[in-house]
Amino acid sequence: MQREGIKLEKVKSLIQSNIRQYTMIIAMLLIWAYFQMATGGVFLMSRNLNNLFLQMCYIGACSCGMVLIMVAAQIDLSVGSVIGFTGAVIAVLLKEYQMHILPALLITLLVGALVGLWQGIWVAKVGLPSFIVTLSSQMLFRGGVLGVTGGNTIQPNDGVFKAIGQGYLPNIGNSGVNLTAVLAGIVCFALYVLLMVNRRKNRMKYHFDVDRQGVFIAKLLGIGLVMFLVFRIWASDRGIPIPVIILAVVVLVMHMVANKTAFGRHIYAIGGNMDAAKLSGINVKKTMIVNFTIMGVLTAISGVIFTSRLNSAAIAGGTGAETDIIAAAIIGGTSPAGGKGSIFGCIIGALVMASLDNGMSILSLGSFEKYIVKGLVLLLAVAVDTITNRQAS
Amino acid sequence: MDSYILKMEHITKTFPGVKALDDVTFQVKRGEIHALVGENGAGKSTLMKVLSGIYTANTYEGDIILNGEKQEFHAIKDSEKKGIAIIYQELALCKNMNVAESIFLGSEIKNKYGLIDWDATYWKCAEYLEKVKLTLNPETEIVNLGVGQQQLIEICKAISKDARLLILDEPTAALTDSESANLLEILRELKEQGVSCIYISHKLDEVFEIADTITVLRDGRTVVTKPKDEISKNELIAYMVGRELTQMYPREEHTAKEIVMEVKDWTTFRPDLPDKKALDQVSFQVRRGEILGIAGLMGAGRTELMMSLIGEYGVRTSGEVLIEGKRVEMKSAQDAVRCGVGYVSEDRKRYGLVLLQDVKYNVGMSSFQSLSHYGLINDNEWIQRTNQYVESLNIKTPTIEQQVTNLSGGNQQKVVLAKWLMTQPRILILDEPTRGIDVGAKVEIYHIMNELVKQGVGIIMISSELPEVLGVSDRILVMREGQLVKELNWKEATQEKVMYYATGGN
Repeated sequence: MQREGIKLEKVKSLIQSNIRQYTMIIAMLLIWAYFQMATGGVFLMSRNLNNLFLQMCYIGACSCGMVLIMVAAQIDLSVGSVIGFTGAVIAVLLKEYQMHILPALLITLLVGALVGLWQGIWVAKVGLPSFIVTLSSQMLFRGGVLGVTGGNTIQPNDGVFKAIGQGYLPNIGNSGVNLTAVLAGIVCFALYVLLMVNRRKNRMKYHFDVDRQGVFIAKLLGIGLVMFLVFRIWASDRGIPIPVIILAVVVLVMHMVANKTAFGRHIYAIGGNMDAAKLSGINVKKTMIVNFTIMGVLTAISGVIFTSRLNSAAIAGGTGAETDIIAAAIIGGTSPAGGKGSIFGCIIGALVMASLDNGMSILSLGSFEKYIVKGLVLLLAVAVDTITNRQAS
Repeated sequence: MDSYILKMEHITKTFPGVKALDDVTFQVKRGEIHALVGENGAGKSTLMKVLSGIYTANTYEGDIILNGEKQEFHAIKDSEKKGIAIIYQELALCKNMNVAESIFLGSEIKNKYGLIDWDATYWKCAEYLEKVKLTLNPETEIVNLGVGQQQLIEICKAISKDARLLILDEPTAALTDSESANLLEILRELKEQGVSCIYISHKLDEVFEIADTITVLRDGRTVVTKPKDEISKNELIAYMVGRELTQMYPREEHTAKEIVMEVKDWTTFRPDLPDKKALDQVSFQVRRGEILGIAGLMGAGRTELMMSLIGEYGVRTSGEVLIEGKRVEMKSAQDAVRCGVGYVSEDRKRYGLVLLQDVKYNVGMSSFQSLSHYGLINDNEWIQRTNQYVESLNIKTPTIEQQVTNLSGGNQQKVVLAKWLMTQPRILILDEPTRGIDVGAKVEIYHIMNELVKQGVGIIMISSELPEVLGVSDRILVMREGQLVKELNWKEATQEKVMYYATGGN
């Protein structure tokens, strides 16, 4: 009897500690189920899901940066404008200056870095609240978009540039099934299994908690199933989209930065307890400036993907994207109070936001409903975070 | 009418694990100034919090009898209504308001339409200012006032609420001599007008100057209450200390080696009051393989000294620090880590730990850079070294992935120690290393300190517990009001001696 009780307690605490992850995934499934019904089965069709992935890429790339900004207990409200601005920069470089794609890309990323550096300096060196600094930048760079484009919509029409946001990996086979996607899926799964097995072994070596073997294998198979479903979409259609590959690289790199570098780990200390971080000898100012600079680069990547997908830079490009990006981070488990957040989580968050957008588009709802729904979702995400935190303490 | 305005009878207040007040009886006569003295942690502040209703009526045992009536306070507002006013060490005025607004904050004078009657407010305000001999325009903003003036504004506020019992907690800690004299003068005048006063202070000279009666608290108990004239300063000190030296201090013979750190003429000013010296010409040396104890009462500048040495406190700092004979400039904790100085703060939750994170994270926090190879943190090394410290410091945790919030105070403190040990410091500064942890863990910390000293680390330990200072240190420096007033060898030091110098002896 008593043992049963202990077991139940353990399950309960396990659920409690993972509640954020579960609510996030459950919320996503519910949203999908709703749209699937409301759209009469259109939503979960391969073609649409592929669209969904394409839509989430620019939000996902940027929200990886937003996670680290928010973990440091800061905020970046300028991302929407900066996406528009960097998109305009590369469009103008390609179209007006007839520049080659490579230098144009490098310059754009550099511009993004400088934007981030600018904000980081005001926040860290001068000590202004990031809320104000980035709110100012929001206007500054919206003005910048107007200045760079001269108020016109610019269409670069560069083949390579277009591929960044719309292209697919070429098919190495020649049957109806995309062989590249099939192979990539197998390799990804194999790598994942290898990594997890290795990690599990290592953790067992240090006597850390690990899942029981059955649970571990079930989890691997579960992830495998999800991977299969995702890669099947690509294999049966046009192959793996290039922006998805870019996003995957960004996610992996940022995951490493957050968890495996001194810089990333310091961010968690700064957001978790600024005073302790300082007295522990962490260079708070430098870390903060680098953090904003990375955010700038990621925003630029996001801007390039966004502009490439539309193949045009318009004056309103990226308007309101900050809501999606911040919401993605929060839905993904990042605490707006700082100290907590995960890169993988924010991708789920980005998927949720893109799903809302996509689903409502299929239902041919207008901006009116979209804005209201997204605003409420952001509020709800923060409320869930605040309430679960309160319960925890 | 009863000749006592206040009787606190058999007050007992317990916190989880500690009896902060144990059957305290404390009585204040009408129209007297009653000094309350005792070491840090003797229970003075707790007693005042009980009196003012911060600790509400049902959280302690015993009775509060005010003017012969039993009282039950459930909030500060209740005690205020009955004429009790507390003036805290840290003043609680809104800096952006002006003098008149501050005095009437929360009890604004209103006209018949319910709007604030500003004319009456300023008129009344001027009247109160006169009472405390402040010549100020009521429209002056608080920001522009000195601490002494702000304190008088607080007193005005108390008078405006018709307070009959005024409680002052270390009122002169931040005042200049002339400001202090002025304050004492005003208290005497208020006494003439029938206002009683409870005066908490570490400065015994001041206590003897102003008090009519003195009560000593020690370890949460009333030791003595006597009229001032019937007690001498030395007797008073004996009453204050008198704690038992137990066997819990594992005294080990240390052999101090060469000087590892030398501080010369260290002077700095308070960041909040840039004209007031926080530290005045402090010079001392630390040797490898010794524990240097720093004693002193609250506000003596011990923590400020250590924080300013690592560049995290003070303005216009002057003086020099030599580490192993070389002059170093520590402008931040980061420089300090580089110079091999570790500072373990007295407030581990605020300054030591990231509570959201696990043991492993907190132990590694100061060493991520040195754990990195080619920019990536080496997980294996991190885990192995963390495990090593968990074992050697006997940190009780199920795994190193346990969140530090779930650990006991003693184990949390060991986690902070481990964090600093991982940086391999040459000098370790421990600020109140055993505050709020149980006896068993305390002894373990002392053993760890002895072990470190054996390995050649120089330890500076700040402690407010006299037995601890005497039981652990090799040399003891006594601080008072930002100055080093005495150095004692542990063999010659007694609690009385230390307290004598800490409270103003020469």
